[in-house]
Amino acid sequence: MDILNYTDEHRAFRQRLRKFIETRVIPHARQWEKDHAVPRDLWRDMGRAGLLCTQVPREYGGLGGDFIYSAIVCEEMAASMQTGLAATLHSDVVVPYISEYGSEDQKKRYLPGCVRGDIVTAIAMTEPDAGSDLASIRTTAVEQDGYVVLSGSKTFISNGIHGDLAVVAARNPDIRDPYMGMSLYLVEGGTPGFERGRQLDKMGWNSQDTAELFFNNCRIPVENRLGDKGMGFLMLMGKLQQERLCCAMGAVYGAEHSLKQVMDYCQNTTDASGKPLSKFQAIQFALVEMATEVKIGRTFLEKLIADHMEGLDVKIETSMAKYWTTDMANRVMGKGLEIMGEYGTCEENPLVQGWRDMRVTSIFAGTNEIMKTIVSKFMGL
Amino acid sequence: MIEFNKSQKQIQMAVRSFAKGEFEKDRVLELDRTGEYPAQVHAKAAELGFIGIHYPETYSGGGMGFVDQALVAEELCAADSSFGITLSMAGYGAECILRFGSDEQKETFLPSVAEGRILCGAAFTEPGNGYDITRLSCVAVQKNGNYVIQGKKTGVVNGLNAGFYIVLCQTDLFAKPFTDGASLFIVEADREGLIVEKTGERLSLNMMTSASITFDNVEVPMANLIGEPGKGYGYVQKFLAESRILAAAQALGVARGAYERAMFHIRNREQFSRPIGQFQAVRHKIADMATHIASARLFTYTTAMAFDQGYRDPATASMAKMASCRAAMAVTDEAVQLLGGYGYMREYEVEHFYRDAKMIEVRDGNQYLHKDIIAESEIGKIREPKRP
Repeated sequence: MDILNYTDEHRAFRQRLRKFIETRVIPHARQWEKDHAVPRDLWRDMGRAGLLCTQVPREYGGLGGDFIYSAIVCEEMAASMQTGLAATLHSDVVVPYISEYGSEDQKKRYLPGCVRGDIVTAIAMTEPDAGSDLASIRTTAVEQDGYVVLSGSKTFISNGIHGDLAVVAARNPDIRDPYMGMSLYLVEGGTPGFERGRQLDKMGWNSQDTAELFFNNCRIPVENRLGDKGMGFLMLMGKLQQERLCCAMGAVYGAEHSLKQVMDYCQNTTDASGKPLSKFQAIQFALVEMATEVKIGRTFLEKLIADHMEGLDVKIETSMAKYWTTDMANRVMGKGLEIMGEYGTCEENPLVQGWRDMRVTSIFAGTNEIMKTIVSKFMGL
Repeated sequence: MIEFNKSQKQIQMAVRSFAKGEFEKDRVLELDRTGEYPAQVHAKAAELGFIGIHYPETYSGGGMGFVDQALVAEELCAADSSFGITLSMAGYGAECILRFGSDEQKETFLPSVAEGRILCGAAFTEPGNGYDITRLSCVAVQKNGNYVIQGKKTGVVNGLNAGFYIVLCQTDLFAKPFTDGASLFIVEADREGLIVEKTGERLSLNMMTSASITFDNVEVPMANLIGEPGKGYGYVQKFLAESRILAAAQALGVARGAYERAMFHIRNREQFSRPIGQFQAVRHKIADMATHIASARLFTYTTAMAFDQGYRDPATASMAKMASCRAAMAVTDEAVQLLGGYGYMREYEVEHFYRDAKMIEVRDGNQYLHKDIIAESEIGKIREPKRP
């Protein structure tokens, strides 16, 4: 009995998406990594092909698809050899804030553009002094006379340079309690006072425009507040289950994809005597161990996808999955590179970039240590 | 924990002081990106006697032992992993001349390495054979009193900018075992027939060039043969055993450098209204890292000291390298994690310590090779049982 029920529609979607990635993404991936950017057109083309924001309802131009479509996007993109075209982040992490918490007006205004790739989104929570301690953010939002003035700075923001619309977490300076004072705001690119900082130079995710953002008395209409004032923290909590699930998906699919390549390498590379590496017992055991961990990750993941689709509260389990699968993927890829010896240090080997890219996954979207503190709390410890 | 003598402590201080004054973070990040060789710091390091500290003084060396070379490597790598590894391998392979060469060869080649005028590169492995150097295709045949070398070598450290290479060639194609027919040669980089091709971009350490070299009828005089013909394989195995202890010292330094940076961060970074160094989970990570480093330090220096006392066991060298590399991988990985988002940024350095640790992990053999070497030593060849 399969955990997830893939239908013919799902399969057809996967084929279309795979074709898009093979023709429009993979041939350019290396160049984008060098350029530290993805051409803006790719987002538009991907959107127009119906491959973005698959969960957005039809009335806003979306596919109205279930979460399995999101899983398919994540899985296929894991083999795309680049991270700048961060489809899962946009479609399944940021846009859901608008879909779920947005007013009718906001949804009409932004969702169709998000679906079509005309609007690329970013979510801005982290600040230089507020990483794990999200409640300590200092960016302020002063609401007055129908406007909101934002002041502060954010860092490590994906799609930070090219993003058109940012979901920004800011606090009411008059309210002491951080949990009661936080709100979320939709800030359009080009709004006076909203400035992009420098693009950050990273170990991996090089085609992804991670950046600092600055809000210098940035004035937006109060209609751009997402949801009710002071509900920011609760909204973030509500969406983190899916965000963590997305991280786990990226880790599992990335590990699976890498493992295939390592096995392929071992079967097709011989030692000096002509014996394939895959015939050495130590290598065999290592590959089996990797395959077992990947399978455990995939099984856990699919169960959680199913639970999530049923609307269950799996906050604990998705937090567990986020830390475990990202640690697993890093282990598997590290082991894979070591097996490959010198070739495991050549950038022409896609697994080398994959290893660099995977390293951030135990840090972003809440460090794995924070995952453990969260689960610890929920376990009543 | 390991008591170093006064002279050794002075060396530690001297290298530390040199690196503190001369290693600039922005320059490291720049060369990491451009792949340009750190010529300035190399020249300075040579001037201060840190290159070839283990060569006799008559050859411009420091007249010291392997331990001192290991200390230099550790300190350089702790100051910066990329500059450290690169500088401590400026003479990679020249030990073959030091240990097995003639006085003339030592006089001709060692001083220029120690003085920082040239680099040495080692050409042992061949395309498609991985780490295996028992089935060489690169041959050297005698002709008119010289040797003519024909073949291809890959993964040559310092390949693009070495002044000379140490090259392992098959001189007797009918030797049994085959490895008894390999000989070791010095080949100057400006000899005719050398075609040097840059290896593609690597995960890290692009500033320490790597190349494939095709030897197209490269002629060298008899005087360039190191030691005796047919003994080349043995010399290289001994060199690799020595080099692996140096790799252990580098890995130790890389681990320590990452650890020091992580330590600084956890003392100063505040979240949840306190320095994160107050959280037990963080403290225990530091404890694990410290234990890894202590274990790598003990292993590296007891092996290095034993080396200087004449104890030259390849299996122990493999153990030391493997243990120290495991420590370096664990410590640098944890350092990245402790710095959080900053750990992923090139600007905060620990990510290149992590990448550099990964490079050492597979240099001169990955753990699969080292375990084979250790098992061979521990268990020996198990003979097939006699069948009735």
